[in-house]
Amino acid sequence: MTLAKRVIACLDVDGGRVVKGINFLDLRDAGDPAELAARYDADLADEVVFLDITASSDNREILIDAVRRTADSVFIPLTVGGGIRGLDDIDRLLRAGSDKVSLNTAVLDRPAFIEEAAAHFGDQCIVIAIDVRRAERGWTVYSHGGRRDTGRDAVEWAREAAERGAGEILLTSMDRDGTHSGYDLAITATVAAAIPIPVIASGGAGEPEHLRAVLVEGGADAALAASIFHFGAHPIPATKRYLAAAGVEVRR
Amino acid sequence: MSGGNAPLVGICDYGVGNLRSVERALTEGGARALVASDPARLLECDGLVLPGVGAFVAAAAALHQRGIDDAVVETVRLGRPILGVCLGFQLLFEESDEGAGGIGLGVLPGCVHRLDRHRGKVPHVGWNQLTVRRPSALLGGLNGGEFVYFVHSYAAIPGDASDVVATADYGGELVAAVERGAVQGTQFHPEKSGAAGLRIYANFVAGCTVPVRT
Repeated sequence: MTLAKRVIACLDVDGGRVVKGINFLDLRDAGDPAELAARYDADLADEVVFLDITASSDNREILIDAVRRTADSVFIPLTVGGGIRGLDDIDRLLRAGSDKVSLNTAVLDRPAFIEEAAAHFGDQCIVIAIDVRRAERGWTVYSHGGRRDTGRDAVEWAREAAERGAGEILLTSMDRDGTHSGYDLAITATVAAAIPIPVIASGGAGEPEHLRAVLVEGGADAALAASIFHFGAHPIPATKRYLAAAGVEVRR
Repeated sequence: MSGGNAPLVGICDYGVGNLRSVERALTEGGARALVASDPARLLECDGLVLPGVGAFVAAAAALHQRGIDDAVVETVRLGRPILGVCLGFQLLFEESDEGAGGIGLGVLPGCVHRLDRHRGKVPHVGWNQLTVRRPSALLGGLNGGEFVYFVHSYAAIPGDASDVVATADYGGELVAAVERGAVQGTQFHPEKSGAAGLRIYANFVAGCTVPVRT
């Protein structure tokens, strides 16, 4: 076989605690990102992403500590995003045990930061997160956690990010995020066809079929989801069994 | 866990990347792990891990600047085990065509080339299955078919095909792991490859014997 499609579990972290309710009965502390990451590792998640949604400097230490504790027991790739502004921030996260960082607003403000980060740490650890909404024509990029319209065209920005040295693109449809109605296959397919680097699809997962659709029809290399795994309705092992039965190559 | 008789394995620190996971994986494998950039300290170790992410030329320069290149070559000369991981694996070869071209440590015959775009997306990121090519100490207990995590844009072409102990398929065959005596390396990240990767670290640590010190 060739490269497996990846199933990525995302945890929204606020002040070092996982936001959104989690339902695993066997966890001692369901709000601890390290403990949840270990659980997902045991479930054969292919990667874990921590998204720091507060990203205030006060909470940085707590996040770094969570990353450190995660790296102590989790032996799959860990990506951390949210509030990363400079090379120092990246360095601290990588040293704490993160394998990749996800950059968003900082690189929209100053695109040359992509080149600087890739040159310093290697493009393999630079994930560029792009939050998009459908516009009258095409899709537009939003910054600041989806609050600010940058006016940039999503496909153009993905192409520019790849040319500047991004290792992967994490593409989130704000329209679909939280709807559980499925990924935006059109934007995913458009970006995946436009750039030579891997695309992680995000936003809208509600059932295993949504992952299959975005990995096959959407051409994504990886599918990221949060709540469908957290609430136990579609645990990762069951989701992977569904994908495998549908002919999608997954790690099992 | 590691005790007093556990081998001491040095992790070559030359600037960037996640060394903590390597350290933890070595500890899980029964070693005492030492992260160090001082060549003298690295030469006190029973074995070395040369990790690495980033660019070949910059990494080779960083190794040289700290004198780690000499420590690696000396470790190999002494017959002590060394494990190169990802870029650290590539650095063990003679040369790479990355950037303007770079000279490696030359402890493994062969060179490093950019992945052909016809294979698929570059970088090659994700989990791929191993095909075991011959029995080895490094991959002892693995049967092939295990998934391991790759992230790289360049790949090694060993000069001696019998060094290759495992391959993976990414739009064609790809060298995944080599073993030439005590010189071992993986293109993938065993410290990010779940249980199979921890087994590889344990195998490596088992080969790092503690000398009798009187």
